[in-house]
Amino acid sequence: MEAIAFYTFAILTTVMFLITVLTSHALYALSALAAGMIFISAFFFLLGADFLGAIQIIVYTGAVMALYAFGMMFFDTTRDVVEKRTSPQLIFGLSGVAALMVVAIFTAPIISGNIEALYPAIDGVGNSQMVGMVLFTKYLIPFEVAAIMLLVAMIAGIVLAGKKMDHSLTLMQDEIECINEEKEQV
Amino acid sequence: METAYFIETIIKIVVILLVFSALAGFGTYFERKILAFMQRRLGPMNVGPFGVLQIAADGIKLFTKEDIVPTNAVGPIFKIAPVITAATAFMAAAAIPFLPQFTIFGYTVHPIVADVNIGILYILGVMAVGFYGPLLGSLASSNKFALLSAARAAAVFISYEVITGLALLGPLMMVGSFSLIDFNNYQAGGMGDWIIWSQPVAFVLFWIAAFAETGRTPFHLVANDHEIIDGFGTEYSGMRWGLFFIGEYANMFFISFVIVLLFLGGFGDGSVFGALMFLLKMSFFFFFFLWTRAAWPDIRPDQLMWLCWKVLMPLAVLNVVVTGFVMMF
Repeated sequence: MEAIAFYTFAILTTVMFLITVLTSHALYALSALAAGMIFISAFFFLLGADFLGAIQIIVYTGAVMALYAFGMMFFDTTRDVVEKRTSPQLIFGLSGVAALMVVAIFTAPIISGNIEALYPAIDGVGNSQMVGMVLFTKYLIPFEVAAIMLLVAMIAGIVLAGKKMDHSLTLMQDEIECINEEKEQV
Repeated sequence: METAYFIETIIKIVVILLVFSALAGFGTYFERKILAFMQRRLGPMNVGPFGVLQIAADGIKLFTKEDIVPTNAVGPIFKIAPVITAATAFMAAAAIPFLPQFTIFGYTVHPIVADVNIGILYILGVMAVGFYGPLLGSLASSNKFALLSAARAAAVFISYEVITGLALLGPLMMVGSFSLIDFNNYQAGGMGDWIIWSQPVAFVLFWIAAFAETGRTPFHLVANDHEIIDGFGTEYSGMRWGLFFIGEYANMFFISFVIVLLFLGGFGDGSVFGALMFLLKMSFFFFFFLWTRAAWPDIRPDQLMWLCWKVLMPLAVLNVVVTGFVMMF
């Protein structure tokens, strides 16, 4: 049963991400990305990590939704995007090397056979509690650093977007036009 | 045991699917009748007694109407979008306990498909995926009104997801579990134990966010008839359009169940009276969705954003902080 589920979702996820990479249609790419991200949560559920699975769904639906917003602004989502490929050979070579590196990184510990759970699952404790315990003891500093980084990003975003926020953009445009007209008259 | 469990789960899934697709149909009938009552009209009257059979007439019309996919639309995505809305609504129902457990022919039935220990997170996550239906449908239909609707869907989704999450944190801290069954047991001691008394702010915030989540008036921006025709539904016809509606009404029912379970004691101690009260409380929240539609105007998108980021979010954060302090000391 588990094997069937695993292979089904493995195939689905791979196909979805393949579509994301290979298509030149913004809407297909984004939808496939969202679907792939949601299918990945199935692996968390299969492994018994319910909490992470649900978080995967919640976080990535939101994140991809933000991407859709950008897609809407930049592209006509019902047409193919004409991509500018300067050197396909270089892209092919680089992506091949990158894929090989990732495989090497993830298989290295398996070959040496020293994968051990540093914090093994405790029986009878729900997995949201376990995540909480590890997060607020062993990994407290990385967690807080990540929080500060997000705070910095948020403040930066507000500063960038918030310039002249209390002025109306249309009125400003009018003023500039007025000034230009005056200059022309002079 | 394994086979019995398998059969039981399949029966539960089929029952939930049938009951709630039927209820979604009845939901449209109730909505028309209640709106008519509040506006001093009669509503559907001609088909069957009190116009009840109007649902059947609508169903026949939706099923037999020609299914049109516009020439310039992105076919596959245009076709799959309504399915996403309806499917995710019913997937979310998997973690909702609809009744207390009861015994029938000596066999104990738990009226919940999967009592996962992250129930509420799962429900909110899957309901959030439901927003992809309107968004994809409107992006794929290459229509200007639909595109506006897509932009609004994205904006509403991103902002009100924050409110739902933050509003839930307070009650979650008190109960210490994500399971809706645990929420119910925490409040099983009677009316005095309801979380609404200790978390009134969270309750109101969650309720407001529920209107955004289901896209009901006053947050009915994605398909605001008087501004953008039918928004995401402009290009849809027949049963594809109907699926959007089944999804919307099913979502309204499910979110009403969730509100009652979270804040108003759910089914209490699990007696027959408790179960009846549970359904009554749920019906009140469903009725309230319709009542608001009759009584309130729709608000503008900028007002919606203002309300979300400048009023509700600071309130929600404050609520979490205050809850934390009260629990600590």
